[in-house]
Amino acid sequence: MSALLTETEDKPQTAWDDAASWYEASARQRVRSLLDAGSFKEFIGPEQREVSPHLRVFELPEQFDDGMIVGRGRLSGEPAFIAAQEGRFMGGAFGEVHGAKLTGLLRAARYVKSIPVLILFDTGGVRLQEANAGELAIAEIMRALIEARMAGVKVVGLIGGRAGCYGGGGLIAGCCSALAVSEQGRISVSGPEVIETNRGVEEFDSKDRALVWRTMGGKHRRLLGGADAFTSDTIQSFRDIALHLIRSAPGFGMDVLKAEQARLGERLERFSSCADALDIWKAEGVPDAEAVPAMPAEDFIAVANKVREPRYDAR
Amino acid sequence: METLSYRHRAQQRMAGSKSMAIIGVVASGNLEVLAERVLPDTECQVDISTAAEGFGAVWEAVVADFVERSSPGGLKFSINDGGARPDTVALRLAQAVRLIEENDR
Amino acid sequence: MKEWARQKAARKARIEAGSRHARGKAVAVTDLQDFLEAVLQPGDRVCLEGDNQKQADILAAALADVDPAKIHDLHMVQSGVVLPEHLDIFEKGIARRLDYSYSGPQAARIARMLFGGQIELGAVHTYLELFARYFVDLTPNIALIAAVSADADGNLYTGPNTEDTPTIVEATSFKGGLVVAQVKEIVDKVPRVDIPGDQVHFVVAAGKPFYVEPLFTRDPAAITETQILTAMLAIKGLYAPYGIRRLNHGIGFNTAAIELLLPTYGEKLGLRGKVCTHWALNPHPTLIPAIEAGWVEQVHCFGSEVGMEDYIRARSDIFFTGPDGSLRSNRAFCQTAGLYSCDMFIGSTLQIDLQGHSSTVTASRIAGFGGAPNMGSDPRGRRHPSEPWLKAGAEANPDTPAHMRRGRKLVVQIGETFGDKNVPLFVERLEALTLAEKLKLDLAPIMVYGDDVTHIVTEEGIANLLLCRDRDEREQAIRGVAGYTDIGRGRDAKMVQQLRERGAIRRPEDLGIDPLDADRRLLAARSIKDLMLASGALYAPPPQFRNW
Repeated sequence: MSALLTETEDKPQTAWDDAASWYEASARQRVRSLLDAGSFKEFIGPEQREVSPHLRVFELPEQFDDGMIVGRGRLSGEPAFIAAQEGRFMGGAFGEVHGAKLTGLLRAARYVKSIPVLILFDTGGVRLQEANAGELAIAEIMRALIEARMAGVKVVGLIGGRAGCYGGGGLIAGCCSALAVSEQGRISVSGPEVIETNRGVEEFDSKDRALVWRTMGGKHRRLLGGADAFTSDTIQSFRDIALHLIRSAPGFGMDVLKAEQARLGERLERFSSCADALDIWKAEGVPDAEAVPAMPAEDFIAVANKVREPRYDAR
Repeated sequence: METLSYRHRAQQRMAGSKSMAIIGVVASGNLEVLAERVLPDTECQVDISTAAEGFGAVWEAVVADFVERSSPGGLKFSINDGGARPDTVALRLAQAVRLIEENDR
Repeated sequence: MKEWARQKAARKARIEAGSRHARGKAVAVTDLQDFLEAVLQPGDRVCLEGDNQKQADILAAALADVDPAKIHDLHMVQSGVVLPEHLDIFEKGIARRLDYSYSGPQAARIARMLFGGQIELGAVHTYLELFARYFVDLTPNIALIAAVSADADGNLYTGPNTEDTPTIVEATSFKGGLVVAQVKEIVDKVPRVDIPGDQVHFVVAAGKPFYVEPLFTRDPAAITETQILTAMLAIKGLYAPYGIRRLNHGIGFNTAAIELLLPTYGEKLGLRGKVCTHWALNPHPTLIPAIEAGWVEQVHCFGSEVGMEDYIRARSDIFFTGPDGSLRSNRAFCQTAGLYSCDMFIGSTLQIDLQGHSSTVTASRIAGFGGAPNMGSDPRGRRHPSEPWLKAGAEANPDTPAHMRRGRKLVVQIGETFGDKNVPLFVERLEALTLAEKLKLDLAPIMVYGDDVTHIVTEEGIANLLLCRDRDEREQAIRGVAGYTDIGRGRDAKMVQQLRERGAIRRPEDLGIDPLDADRRLLAARSIKDLMLASGALYAPPPQFRNW
C-alpha cells in the first residue's frame, strides 16, 4: 500500500504529462518530467549565458545553454546526475562549451562515486563550426565517462530524440554502462547521407527510410545487442527503463571489457554473411521478421525478450 | 546578427515567485526566451539577438502588443532568435510568462 | 453533296494507320514512337492524361520522342502539366498551344516558357471547366490515357485512381476521336470494367504501373502549434456554429490539423455526428483517426492516395468501391459534388489581398489551380437549402425576406499570417496581377474571388466577411486578422475594435480559446507511423514518408 502511494507521489506533476512523446519533447521537458517533480537543479544554467565562443564568428545565433543541460535531481527518490542534449539546436551537435558541460558532470560523478549519471543523447555528432574543439570534447567525455565507470558510477544513456545519436555521440553511447532506445532513436557513427556520399547509393540509399530505420533504428540496435533495452516513446516508459537500467547495469573492469570484446567478436562471426538487418533478425530466430518494423512497441518488446535476453555481463 | 532592445513601462508586477524561466529552442523558425525577474516592478525590457536582419519594426510591434496584453512588470526577456515568425515569437513570450507566473515548487 | 461523317472516316484512317504497328489493339512499348507518328497529325488536339495525381507517363515520354518534322503544332488540352515531358514537347516544337488546369511541380518552368513565348496559352482552367470544354469546344482528336490493366478487347481497369479517365474517354471516343491507353499489363479478365473496350482503340502494356504522386499525404510531424491554433479556431468558430456536415478540405497543413483534431478537440466540444460527416475529399491519410473514431459517414473521392488502397478496401462503408473491392474515384463527379453538395470549402492559399481575392500564382510560379476555384466558389444558381447555407445567407443579407434569400456556401481561407521563409500571406496587390500584365492576359489568374470568400482564419482570429457591409469593413476585417504583416499593421484600430464587437472579427479569446492550449499533444496522430497504427496497419505510406 505504501509502495503504491510512494509511486504515485513520485510522478512528475508538470503540465507535461507522462504519456507525452519523448521524441517530441524538448531537452528541458525531458529533464523536468523524467526526474521527480521539482527536484532538478541545473549547473551552469541559461541565466549564466555560458554560450559558445565560436558561433558568433559565423554569424550564427547562440543558445544560452549551448544545447546541453546538466544538473542533478532525484529519480524515484534516489539522487541522479543528468545531462540532456537539445537535438533541435545545431542538431544537438557537440561544441566546446556543450562538451565541457558533460565532461564536468562526469568528473563530478567520478568524484562522488555513488550517484549514477543519465545521458539523454540527441545529437548528429560534432559541430562543424567548432570541429576541433568538438572532437577534443568527444575524447574528453569518453575518458571522463570511463574514469567515472572505473570509480563505480553507472552511466545510462537514453536515446529517442529527433537527431538520434550519431558521430561522436555514437562513440560515447558505446562507452555507457547501459543504453535504452526507442524506435525513433537511431544509433550509429556515420549517418545515412555520409555513408551514401562515401560508398555510393548502391551501398546505402539514404532516401530509403525503411532501410535507414532497420539499419540504425532502435529495434535493430536492441535485437543486435547494441542497446540493452527497448522502450516505447513516452516519458513514463523512459523513466521506467532508466530506473531499471540503473539497477541492473553491470559494473566495470577487465572481466567486463573482455566479455564485451567476446560478445562483439561472436556477433561479427554469427552475422558476417548477412547483407541486411532482416537477415540478422531471421538468423536470430525472430518469428515473422518482416513484421518487426511495423510492430507496436509493446509487441516488439515481448518478441525481443523472447529472442535474446540482454547480456549484462558485457559492456 | 542584429541586436535590438526595447524598454517599456508595465502596469503591474508579473505574478508568481519564480525568478527565472526559459522556453523554446534556437532553431530555424524558432527562438528561445529567457525571462528573469531582475527589474523594478513597473519596468520591463526585451533584448533580442536575431539572425534575421531588418525586421525591427515587426519586433517593436510584437513586443509592444505583448507588454500591453501581459503587463510583465519586473521582467527582463532575453531572446535568441533563429528567424522565427511573429506568431511564434508572440507564442513563446506568452509561454515564458505563463512559466514564470507558476509558483516555484 | 455534304459529307456528314468525316470524323468517323478520319478515325477509321487513324485506326488503320495505327494497326500497322499493333497486334489487334496491343501496341508494344518499343513500337510506340512509330505508332504515335502514324496515328497523330500536325495540329491535332491531344489530351495527354495527367492531373495532380496520376500520369500517363509512358505515353508522355513516347510523345516527347516523336519527330517534330512529322508531328508538330499539337494543341494540348490536359488537366495537368506535371511531368518534364509535358513541357519538353513544347520545347521541341511538337506542341504549340496549351489549355490546362494544374502545373504544381512544373510551375516555375511553365512560367519561364510562357514568358519566352514557347507556349501559346489558351487559358488556365479549373478541372471541371476544362472537362466541360472537352464536350463543347476543346474536344480531343486523340486521348492518351492511363489504366491499371486491360484485356484483349481493350476493356480497362483503372483501379483506385480512375480520376479523369471516364470523362476524357467519353468526350474523345463518342466524338470521333482515338483513345490510346497505357496499362501495366494485359490480362485475361480485368478485375472490373471501368472503361468498356469498344471506347478504347489501342492499348500499350508498359510493364509497370503509371506514376502517381502522393500529393495528399501530409506528415503530422510537420504540423506546427500555430497551425493547430488555426484548426481550433476553425472547429470552434466555424464548424460548430454553422453545423458543417458536408464539406471539402484543401491539402494544406492547417486542414490536416483540423482532421487530426476532430477525434480529440472536436470530441471534447461534443461535435461528433454533428459536423464533418459527409465529404468530397481525396482519401487523406490524416482523416484515418477521425474515420476510426466514428466521425465520418461517407467520403467520395476525386482520386486515390498512394498507400491508402488496402485501408479503403477494408472500409467500404465509408468509401465508394467497385465489385473488385477497390476505390472508384471520379474527378468530374467529385468536383460536381464539391461544388453543389458541400456547404463548406476550406483551404490555404499563397496570397490574399485587401478585398479577399486570393491566388497561388506568383510572378515566377504559375501553379494553376486544379479544383480549388470550383471548390472555393459559391455556385450562384438554384440550390437545395441546408442549415449552414441558409445561416450564411441570412448573415450576408439580413434584410431580404427568408423565402427569397439565396443561401451562401461557406468559402474559407485558412493560413498563418506569415508563410514559409517569413513571406506574408496578406498583400496589397496580388502578384497574379503583375503576371497578367506581363503576359497580356485578359484575366488575372485569381484562384478564389473575394466575393466568394466568406471567412478568413489566421492565428489572429476569424474574419467573417459575410458580416461586412461595405468595401472598407471588408478591408479592415481582413487587416484585423493579418497580424504583424504590413497589411495587418496598417489597420484602423478603432474600426477593427468595432468589427470585433459585432462579431465580424473573432479573436481566440472571444471564442474561449487560449493560444497556449494549441499543443501538438492535441493531434490524434503525430507521425505517419501513428496513422499507420491507427489504420490497423492497413495504411502503407510511400517510402519517402516512412519514419520507421
